[in-house]
Amino acid sequence: MIFKNAQVVLKDGVVRADVTVENGKISAIGTAGEGDFIDCTGYTVFPGLIDMHVHLREPGFERKEDILSGSRAAVKGGFTQICCMPNTNPVVDNKVVVTYIKARAKEVGLCKVHPIGAITKGQKGEELSAIGGMKAAGIVALSEDGKSVADTKLMANAMLYASDFGLKCLCHCEDASLASGGVVNEGYNATVAGLKGSLRAAEDIIIARELCLAESLHLPVHICHVSTYSGVQLIREAKARGVKVTAETCPHYFTLTDDVIRTFDTNTKVNPPLREERDRLAIIEGLKDGTLDCIVTDHAPHHEDDKRVEYDLAAFGISGLETSFALSYTQLVKTGALTLSELAEKMSENPARILSLEGGELKVGAPADLTVVDLNQKWKVDPAEFVSKGKNTPFGGREVFGKVIYTVVDGDVKYSLAGGNKA
Amino acid sequence: MNRKDLLGLYDLSAEEIGEILDLGLTFKASLKRGEKQFSALCGKSVVILFYENSTRTRTSFELAAKYLGAETVNISVATSSVQKGETLIDTGKTLDAMKNDVIVIRHPMGGAPKLLAETVKAHVINGGDGIHEHPTQALLDMLTLKEHLGDIKGLKVAILGDIRHSRVAKSNLYGLKKLGAEVRLFAPKTLMPEGLEREGAVLCSSREEAVEGVDAVMGLRIQLERQKAGNFPSLGEYAKYYGVDEKVLSLAKKGALVLHPGPVNRGVELTSGVIDGAQSHIEDQVLSGLSVRMAVLSLLAGGSV
Repeated sequence: MIFKNAQVVLKDGVVRADVTVENGKISAIGTAGEGDFIDCTGYTVFPGLIDMHVHLREPGFERKEDILSGSRAAVKGGFTQICCMPNTNPVVDNKVVVTYIKARAKEVGLCKVHPIGAITKGQKGEELSAIGGMKAAGIVALSEDGKSVADTKLMANAMLYASDFGLKCLCHCEDASLASGGVVNEGYNATVAGLKGSLRAAEDIIIARELCLAESLHLPVHICHVSTYSGVQLIREAKARGVKVTAETCPHYFTLTDDVIRTFDTNTKVNPPLREERDRLAIIEGLKDGTLDCIVTDHAPHHEDDKRVEYDLAAFGISGLETSFALSYTQLVKTGALTLSELAEKMSENPARILSLEGGELKVGAPADLTVVDLNQKWKVDPAEFVSKGKNTPFGGREVFGKVIYTVVDGDVKYSLAGGNKA
Repeated sequence: MNRKDLLGLYDLSAEEIGEILDLGLTFKASLKRGEKQFSALCGKSVVILFYENSTRTRTSFELAAKYLGAETVNISVATSSVQKGETLIDTGKTLDAMKNDVIVIRHPMGGAPKLLAETVKAHVINGGDGIHEHPTQALLDMLTLKEHLGDIKGLKVAILGDIRHSRVAKSNLYGLKKLGAEVRLFAPKTLMPEGLEREGAVLCSSREEAVEGVDAVMGLRIQLERQKAGNFPSLGEYAKYYGVDEKVLSLAKKGALVLHPGPVNRGVELTSGVIDGAQSHIEDQVLSGLSVRMAVLSLLAGGSV
């Protein structure tokens, strides 16, 4: 199959070329000869997008999402690989759950699904989970997901033990005692809305702690969904002195500020919370200068019942797989903050590198994971059109650029805008 | 007033506030004369839906509705059942199905009245939501000021106490600013939220600075649990450094009004001398509350007054 006459996003720039795929691999990028082809005139081919931070909810919370609906949302959003967080029921803390998720994802057969294991049993923060066994079953990283491991000694042990298995810890950073039930960013908007705020320091303190551990132990660490200007600065300084830290952020942190909480729209409730303009600008700066390595969705689908309640009672999280690319392209590339190659780096190459996954780059011999996009297509976000079960987005009605036309995994077209999902 | 609901003073115009206060003053004059039979809400029903304990606000709303001729129903829901009981939306739909006209809601969470208002056909009045707003309390404070001091424009009002957790302070700030008053705030740093200067508040660094030359001094109730949560060392220390006694009060304008939303912790936020002194209008505020709630109910849901 030839993806003909496309704008192709390579590591060092963009070229007009045909991408030839054979036996699930990229066999040529250049001018192709005769053969079956898909006309990609006017389209742009990215290396298959990778989202290293999603919640698929299965097993346990299938009302919110399952591996099928989550995979459909992923390929519709242009993702060829996703990594799913362990806060399921049961928690991903042993090889049985890992094996189940992988088997079910294979059966669904849309995108590649890589489970992430919990750091501690039951995410309780008490004992290490079965890290070796989970690695053997196929986890790609460890994370305590929606919380931090409160006990610092246990966290140090987790990082050390994980390194024996070539695993990194992906750290949600939140000092629970300081956050103390806050549901939004502490500041002017929290005050006027009368909602309990959480200080930036609640996030920054644990970012700093994980950086100190990584530095002292000479181990790598990955910081999840950075939302504060001060957190960006902590990571920037750590990188400058050689700490092996990588970090991610999400489209909502470089698109929105906490101004939007004033409507009490529970779709704006997310953890860490939306911050202020200086944070939003610092996140963009961090993406530009490489402090922040990747863009993830933190896709957190919820049932309507979990959101149609008082703000304090609503579940945290945003359903993000189907808007991530367009928001990132619109907010970062169209504004001139990033080039197309840099966007591909944030959304494909770096996640692959951080988690040692195949893919992440368009080159001969690589798996034929491709995301074909019409960058000029303007569209309006409509949650009713989401294929994810989670319709919880604060972006409903927003106009964005960049529509996914095809998502190709190992050479198979798993999603096409015209034809929908393959499964 | 062309509005379905009263959710807060943040969104009200000066004209709307003025309309409520004027009608409230009329009701207050009538009530003082012993007249308490009105017909504005005849044939209407008012549900008073409280998710927090309250005696004075609940009774005040209930009597206000009754004096206007409405049927009233009280529903008290334990705060603890907010999370496990029926959802607020379902409760609202049920009340709507019973053809109820007005819901007065008090709720421990900010924004709950708005959620209810978006769900139901009935008029919704916010009787206090979490640390967000308590519009009728601020209106009764303003009514008291207006009755005794005349035009609110140009008045200086000091609000002292737990501003962070005070829906009363915020509603007063918004309302008083709209009518042209100066609002000074003073609290321990642990109990002062961020950003109210952006709403025009003058943030003070001592109670003396706050009270100096003002026309009214408002104390806020301090909840005992704030001490347990580490916001200040003891009630004694709170009273000593943050409370209002006669000496502090003497810095205010001569004859300045003393207000408090009640119930008062005697000897903590205000000394008994201040509470029982000549400048205290704390008891008078109760009648103002009844009057202003009658005004709000009439304007939202009433026919002719």
